[in-house]
Amino acid sequence: MSERHLACTVDELEPGTSMTVKGPVPAIALHRTESGAFFATADTCTHEEWSLGDEGDLEGDELVCPLHMARFDLATGKALCLPATLGLATYDVVVEAGQVFVVTEPRT
Amino acid sequence: MSILIVGASVAGIRTAQALRMRGFDETITLVGEEPHRPYDKPPLSKEMLVAGGPAAPVPLLTDDQLADLGVDLRLGVRATALDVAARRVSTGVGDSLPFERLVIATGVRPRRLPGTDRMAGVHTLRTVEDAVALRNGLVTARHVVVVGAGFIGAEFAAAARSHGASVTLVEAQDVPLAHILGAEVGGRLAEVHAGAGNTLLTGVGVSRLVGEDRVTAVVLNDGRTLPADLVVVGIGASPATGWLESSGLPIADGVDCEADLRVVGTEGIYAAGDVARRAHPFYGFDLRIEHWTNANDHAGIIAAVVTGAVPPPAQIPYVWSDQYGHRIQIVGRPVLGDLEHLAGSVAGGDLVAAYTGPSGELVAAVVVDDPRTLMKCRKAIAGRRSWTGLGLVAST
Repeated sequence: MSERHLACTVDELEPGTSMTVKGPVPAIALHRTESGAFFATADTCTHEEWSLGDEGDLEGDELVCPLHMARFDLATGKALCLPATLGLATYDVVVEAGQVFVVTEPRT
Repeated sequence: MSILIVGASVAGIRTAQALRMRGFDETITLVGEEPHRPYDKPPLSKEMLVAGGPAAPVPLLTDDQLADLGVDLRLGVRATALDVAARRVSTGVGDSLPFERLVIATGVRPRRLPGTDRMAGVHTLRTVEDAVALRNGLVTARHVVVVGAGFIGAEFAAAARSHGASVTLVEAQDVPLAHILGAEVGGRLAEVHAGAGNTLLTGVGVSRLVGEDRVTAVVLNDGRTLPADLVVVGIGASPATGWLESSGLPIADGVDCEADLRVVGTEGIYAAGDVARRAHPFYGFDLRIEHWTNANDHAGIIAAVVTGAVPPPAQIPYVWSDQYGHRIQIVGRPVLGDLEHLAGSVAGGDLVAAYTGPSGELVAAVVVDDPRTLMKCRKAIAGRRSWTGLGLVAST
């Protein structure tokens, strides 16, 4: 059974920023686009070990790794350009009463 | 239509990968002159030089990825000539290879000091053989001389220091990297060498190397002599286009390409990576870029063009260098602007430099150990926005 994990409150994650969610293994990154939508992906870039929650950059609905500029679709996790070829796992996000939860079982 | 890719390093391999990601399911033949499974270049001057670092090169693809790629990979095969009319590539072994479409991805070759090809202890740093020889040499080296204080030289100097050698960098310019970053930022970056205990000599060239079979000293053109048992030459690289000389392709500094990387005046011939000069769509003028990310970008463009898709948008040039435990990231083209802001240092892990164009728009940034700021700058450059509003700390 999948488990919900409290990531933060809505106010704690500014639009256009990302964070690494403390607790889940493997780590999960939570992202909030400029338009305010929340997405959750695997925290580690599929190209080389690097935390996308701590350092990843959002461009619209895409997530860019600042090490080698790999690019992923936030909603599907799909790798959009080299050097990444493998997509990121994605996770459901639930917002309830001002709190943001990630579902720790990856979407399939 | 099948594709022949000449060059099995980053640009060649990534082009094959990008083609498959676009659903290209015809034959891809990939020819590489090195005998090794395709490997990544940046680690050669970084983790591979560290004591206890990986002995084998970092592969560009896992065995599974390579198998899934489904390419006819021919390693240890060097292209020697291209016949455009006959659509064949000659190699050093066996029959020439026919092609329907061709991707030229032969990269660059490091410049050497004349007359040093057979002198032991003198190396460039471009291949896994170079990296392994240098790491082995560092175990016993006492006096290391690095000729050229650009990125390769600086990365090697940092690695050599970690092995305990005495390291002297010799730079012909008055300030390292001044031609790319300007004297102020080049000077600020170069402080890291002395801070780590290495010696940097600037404004002086190398007159000759001394040694019978093996190098023993470096003579500078101001008359000084530096003892040396290991010498690394990092004085830039030249496009590997020698094999194309008789082809009639337009070659000056690299292979001339259209914006979409088709070689000018040809059908179905493309160039990718360090060797390709193209009209860069973001800038509107011709650029040849020797950056790792550029090879990846080119791969994506060629795959789109070949499969009839819309090419991805042009990316802002980006390069990184790891030195003395710090990561220097450079985005944009500093030569297009003036230095507007400079704060921090490499050793402090907080250097930020911003360059602006005539309208105050950000055109480039140099950032140490702060990917978030780097990415903010990258966005501003792509949007041709002002550097103010980035929240950079005051210049120091």
